[in-house]
Amino acid sequence: MSKNGNIKDNYAAKVRMKSICVMVFLILLTILCLLPIYILFVNTTRTSQNIINDGLSFIPHGNFINNIKETIHLDEIGTISFKAAVGYRNSAIITVAASFLTVFFSAMTAYGLVVYEFKAKTPAYTAILLVMMVPVQVTSVGFVQFMNKINLTDTYWPLIIPAAAAPAIVFYMRQYMKSSFPLDIVEAARIDGTGEFRTFLTIGLPMMKPALGVQAIFSVITNWNNFYTPSMILLSRKEKQLTMPMMVQSILSNDKLSDMGVRYTAIFLSIVPVIVVYCVLSRAIVDGVAEGGVKE
Amino acid sequence: MRSSAQNKIRSISYAKYGYMFILPFFIIYFIFQLFPLFNTFKLSLYGNGDAATNTFVGLQNFSDLITGDGNISVVAQHKNVIRVFQNTIILWFGNFIPQLALSLLLAVWFTDINLKIKGKTFFKIVMYLPNIVTAASVAALFLMLFSKTKYGPINSLLMDLGMEKPIDFVRDKWNSRFVIMFAQTWMWFGNTMIMLMAAIMGISPSLFEAADIDGANSRQVFTRITVPLLRPMVIYVMITSMIGGLQMWDIPYLYKEGTTYNRNTETIAVYIYNHFHNVPHNYGYSAAASVILFFVTAILGSICFIMNVDKDAVARKKQIKEAKKQMKMQRKSSFGGF
Repeated sequence: MSKNGNIKDNYAAKVRMKSICVMVFLILLTILCLLPIYILFVNTTRTSQNIINDGLSFIPHGNFINNIKETIHLDEIGTISFKAAVGYRNSAIITVAASFLTVFFSAMTAYGLVVYEFKAKTPAYTAILLVMMVPVQVTSVGFVQFMNKINLTDTYWPLIIPAAAAPAIVFYMRQYMKSSFPLDIVEAARIDGTGEFRTFLTIGLPMMKPALGVQAIFSVITNWNNFYTPSMILLSRKEKQLTMPMMVQSILSNDKLSDMGVRYTAIFLSIVPVIVVYCVLSRAIVDGVAEGGVKE
Repeated sequence: MRSSAQNKIRSISYAKYGYMFILPFFIIYFIFQLFPLFNTFKLSLYGNGDAATNTFVGLQNFSDLITGDGNISVVAQHKNVIRVFQNTIILWFGNFIPQLALSLLLAVWFTDINLKIKGKTFFKIVMYLPNIVTAASVAALFLMLFSKTKYGPINSLLMDLGMEKPIDFVRDKWNSRFVIMFAQTWMWFGNTMIMLMAAIMGISPSLFEAADIDGANSRQVFTRITVPLLRPMVIYVMITSMIGGLQMWDIPYLYKEGTTYNRNTETIAVYIYNHFHNVPHNYGYSAAASVILFFVTAILGSICFIMNVDKDAVARKKQIKEAKKQMKMQRKSSFGGF
């Protein structure tokens, strides 16, 4: 009897030991995840002199407001294209417009593929699956050359309109609709005499709200972070057109800007919006990632 | 029982609405993605440099890039392409292997019911955070943290700890690659972990319980239950990560000193971008490299797809077919015998 108890105790002790080790590892990893962002934040609160002389520091200093002020008025130094307000505006225009198109047209396509029976249904779905994985870089050369030919480079149209065709998101929405959209409701609407498109707008979209929400969050983040397509399309790099990541790049490649505090602050400003969005919606985002994985 | 209205509605064909709903997607897809893809193929058959962009050269670009037969500049171009493909593969392996190992370990821990881990949601949220931070800003941040002068934060820390000279993290071949691999792993392990966790939680818990009752230890559970059942998910993660890896652009492109780019971290995507943008515009080479990238992606994708096909399901299908055949044969023979 006592022997049995011993084994049990041993087992429990072993599990507890393992739990503690795992926790320690997880905490270290958490620190590693947050550290670069934390150092970035601390450095936005320090003067350039302080950063150069003292190297790393983990305690916030008092120069935050000053750095922000200087960074916002950075364009007055000349040759540096970093205007935080302009960058925010441009990124916001592209992000909002592109995300709206992505979510709306993906939902519409998915709705068409689920609700209606037509000959091209299966081929269309297969085509969407096939093109889901074509990398952007593969088409980008032909894309930019084509846009150049029809005089659309240096405009936002090539960054916004293509967002309406997002195969991966159509795939996700179709899966979602398949599992949770009752087709009878469409029929009921027909009996009541509602037009097909109105049924989609007033019944289809509201019923897909959870899926729309998740995809809207993801597409806002992706579009905000997009750096490749804007730098391919906005060829002449006009200052008033630059997006936030492009402004970060212009900070990096400028040797004349020696103020370290301002450099860190510029990077900090570029990631603040996504961090804020993440703080508010982190739960939904993490669940969305998990769901996207399972849906495979 | 259906009402007459219902029957009437059933008899109307709504097929045309189906086409109307999916049409915008396909129109936009054709104009902005499919046509550009063909345009890339077309450009790959035309010349390089601003003067020769309209000259048809056939497969010359491909033979230049793949074989390097020709004058000095062609040989240099060939070496460039080989180098960028090597760089891409090295950088991909260097971030994918640690990323997969770490996320698998974490996913197994997080889903282990015996381990008492508090604050799982918190850990998940924190570990996914690096993934949503703008990649361009991550590159900028790492470039400043790993600055090669003694004033760089990491170098000043190392020198406080007793190093004599600052390490060149930006231009040195392996150091720069290491920082990029680290940044990529840092950004992506949380994403992979969450997907693997979801997959593990999709495995029926009764299997784990049965193993527990039978006295399997955690290593046995991992190798006999988790890994085999997780295979489709791991392959899916591999495909997406591989395609993502081939596209790796933001960090390798920005992690360099000033405007001179680092030859050891230049990836295919950076090559395509540079040849497209820098004067003289080498549209031909840039498009040819894109076409090669397209085929590499297609081949890798289909290999993974074939590996992913469930062998048991295929075997079962075969068995059913065989059985049906035999039944038919039997029927025939019994008829014949008759």
